[in-house]
Amino acid sequence: MAERVGVYICHCGSNIAGKVDVEEVSHWAGEELDNVVVSRDYKFMCSSLGQELIEDDIKNEGLTRIVVGACSPHLHEKTFRRACSNAGLNPYLCQMASLREQVSWVTEDEALATAKSKAMISGAVERVQLHEELEPTEVPVNPHSLVVGGGIAGIQTTLELANSGNPVFLVEREPSIGGHMAQFDKTFPTLDCSACILAPNMSDVSNHPNITLLSYSEVEEVTGFVGNFHVRIRKNARHVIEEDCTGCGICIEKCPKSVIDDVFEAGIGYRKAIYRPFPQAVPKYPVIDTETCIYFEKGTCKACEKFCPTNAIDFEQKDTFIDIDVGNIILATGYDTFDSRKIPQYGYGRLANVFTSLEFERLCNAAGPTDGKIVLRDGVTTPKSVAIIHCVGSRDTRFNAHCSAVCCMSALKFGHLVIEKTGAEVHSFYTDMRPAFKDYEEFYNRLQEEGMHFTRGRVAEVTDVALQPGEEGKLIIQVEDTLIGRQRRVPVDMVILMTALEPKPDAREVGLTFGISCSMAGWFTERHPKLDPVATMTDGIFIAGACQGPKDIPASVSQGAAAAARVLGMISKGAVEIEPIVATIHEERCSGCRICNTLCPFNAIDYMEDKMVSVINQALCKGCGTCVAACPAQAISGAHFSNEQIFAEIEGLLFDVVQGNGGKPVVEEPEAVPA
Amino acid sequence: MADERFEPKIIAFLCNWCSYRAADLAGTARIKYKPNIRMLRVMCSGRVDPSFVLKAFALGADGVMIAGCHPGECHYLEQNYKTMRRFSMLKHTLQALGMEEDRFRLQWASAAEGTLLAGAINEMIEQVRELGPLDWSKNWSENGKIEEAIEQLVDEHAEAMEVPV
Repeated sequence: MAERVGVYICHCGSNIAGKVDVEEVSHWAGEELDNVVVSRDYKFMCSSLGQELIEDDIKNEGLTRIVVGACSPHLHEKTFRRACSNAGLNPYLCQMASLREQVSWVTEDEALATAKSKAMISGAVERVQLHEELEPTEVPVNPHSLVVGGGIAGIQTTLELANSGNPVFLVEREPSIGGHMAQFDKTFPTLDCSACILAPNMSDVSNHPNITLLSYSEVEEVTGFVGNFHVRIRKNARHVIEEDCTGCGICIEKCPKSVIDDVFEAGIGYRKAIYRPFPQAVPKYPVIDTETCIYFEKGTCKACEKFCPTNAIDFEQKDTFIDIDVGNIILATGYDTFDSRKIPQYGYGRLANVFTSLEFERLCNAAGPTDGKIVLRDGVTTPKSVAIIHCVGSRDTRFNAHCSAVCCMSALKFGHLVIEKTGAEVHSFYTDMRPAFKDYEEFYNRLQEEGMHFTRGRVAEVTDVALQPGEEGKLIIQVEDTLIGRQRRVPVDMVILMTALEPKPDAREVGLTFGISCSMAGWFTERHPKLDPVATMTDGIFIAGACQGPKDIPASVSQGAAAAARVLGMISKGAVEIEPIVATIHEERCSGCRICNTLCPFNAIDYMEDKMVSVINQALCKGCGTCVAACPAQAISGAHFSNEQIFAEIEGLLFDVVQGNGGKPVVEEPEAVPA
Repeated sequence: MADERFEPKIIAFLCNWCSYRAADLAGTARIKYKPNIRMLRVMCSGRVDPSFVLKAFALGADGVMIAGCHPGECHYLEQNYKTMRRFSMLKHTLQALGMEEDRFRLQWASAAEGTLLAGAINEMIEQVRELGPLDWSKNWSENGKIEEAIEQLVDEHAEAMEVPV
């Protein structure tokens, strides 16, 4: 029996109708296309009235297939599938044509846009008639979650989930959670003490009965799918037995080896070979850095072991692996900072008193190496003038095209701290001041009142070559003041480079481990930049904080909480629907050649020795269809993307060409493979 | 001579995760490209069976594009590498049959690369326009061997499908 197809063309206000003659397309579809019994156009198909139109036609006209020419299926496929469902039609008997994204928004000529729309509707009508009823499978959602990254975003997510009564694993690569926020002295614009507002949350994490904290650990492997992930975590050897360690810190005191701390102290302070990154570290257990420990280098020392009151040091400890099952995963892996050595004219690494923003954070932190005294690299001299250079590695197409979003406000914060602590003159060299968001502009005004100097212009060079009197022994900023159009030389004692926020160098590999993608720059890609900023294309994997793009603390916390809310939604629903787009092997056609076995990266295809055929585990199949295309016997069929459906769509798309050949395809398909 | 410019028809297979989203992005960003391209969505570029490409050419397409995620960025981890190998084999075969190189193109486009995809589409349309119509189907019809060709294809296919007992 012939299908009864309904075609619905959306105006999308003027988004489609402004370029495409929608009435003409809908009229044409009703007249010219086989089996189309209803064809309508409507102002907004996605509105409830538009959906009702479809639902009523299904009921009253007995439609068996629906084609909607509207926006991209990524936007509203679910909407129209639901409409079909409401009217009792299997939701997979609906097909969308992307007339907005692929025609009206990208085509100049109206007549050609209308012609292309007809072709796309024709393709969809041909294809939809071969659609089959499919039922999504429902799988339970494991209420355990995994959070990767223990910065402020990850901490927020972890606490939200744990406080709701659900068990959470938090994995952190460093010996302690806290992330970058733990390094900061003050937060803008409120000038709260960063550690004071962070530390309570950190200790909540360590004490919470629902949280399993795995610090100094990394995710090795992720398998499974939404609701049912299996994760293997490598717990690096701490060489300290956590069960026995009381965190008294005697081992750190007694360790004779001091090394420069490149991570937490940003290279301007020291730590021991056995260390905690900072006093309030969570967990409290120290780690032995085997690269610098005298025992691991020379085989003697063991001072820590001798003095440990609880015998908690274990030099023989090995990395261990922990396997966990979780329903959802949230990545909050954070950012890195730009290496200022890449801009040699700013002199970082060559001119002693050029500091990076992270170094300066540690410098003015009361718990930092100088106890919060702002001094030059010699450790004693207080600067009388300080220059802050904005956009170092940001908004610079040689390095990062993006704006790092936080540096303007950080620079203002630094300016305030310098003025408050030293009374020095502070010069800011900015590209554009961008103090967006609540109370930020007010903070900018405050700094102007406090006497910070602002010069608009990108600094050409920082040099110690004095050309004029008064420049001797100073660092001279060479800059064009673009507001007065004049070159200036500003001698200062100290320079702070506001370094760009960059994606973690291993973001791509991490993305691959979790099956999510990165933007060209290396930030994790969200499902939708506006409407779905914490979900990813992979169901059950969420992102939060600066791993998705540069962000300040309030934005990271909001995203952390948002990601938790999304996960809680999944957990409270208890089950998740899995798209039935999977491949199936037809035993009677399978020759057992096993070509498909090695093609599947998800190990979803097994070979059954007894029957000498391959079989697909549908729970593991992700529906890519690579095996379908590869099977030499066409024994594998791909649901919703069958050969017949795609052939029909091609034929429909080329309807005008085909008609030019006498209205019929010139090459008949050999007998179709039973689906 | 009125404006009788040849308007090629190009069929494109776009993977659901990167390239179809690149097309979405091109739309959202209102990046204009020529309307000579007609796109189909597949879940992965690895789904593109060589017979899809042949079918498109046989039905009258003047060019075929396959677009997928960049190598290393495949949503299905590594399936676009399989696309890459299939593409070179098929391209080789088509060239051996006398088809010009520019008629068949593999394009990587990430979800962030709407501009790149639109540029590639425009470039390919111009290249194919330059080559003129392919008209595989018409050429067959005109030399009167269409029935024969179909029969031969069907025979060969049936033969290939036979499973030795």
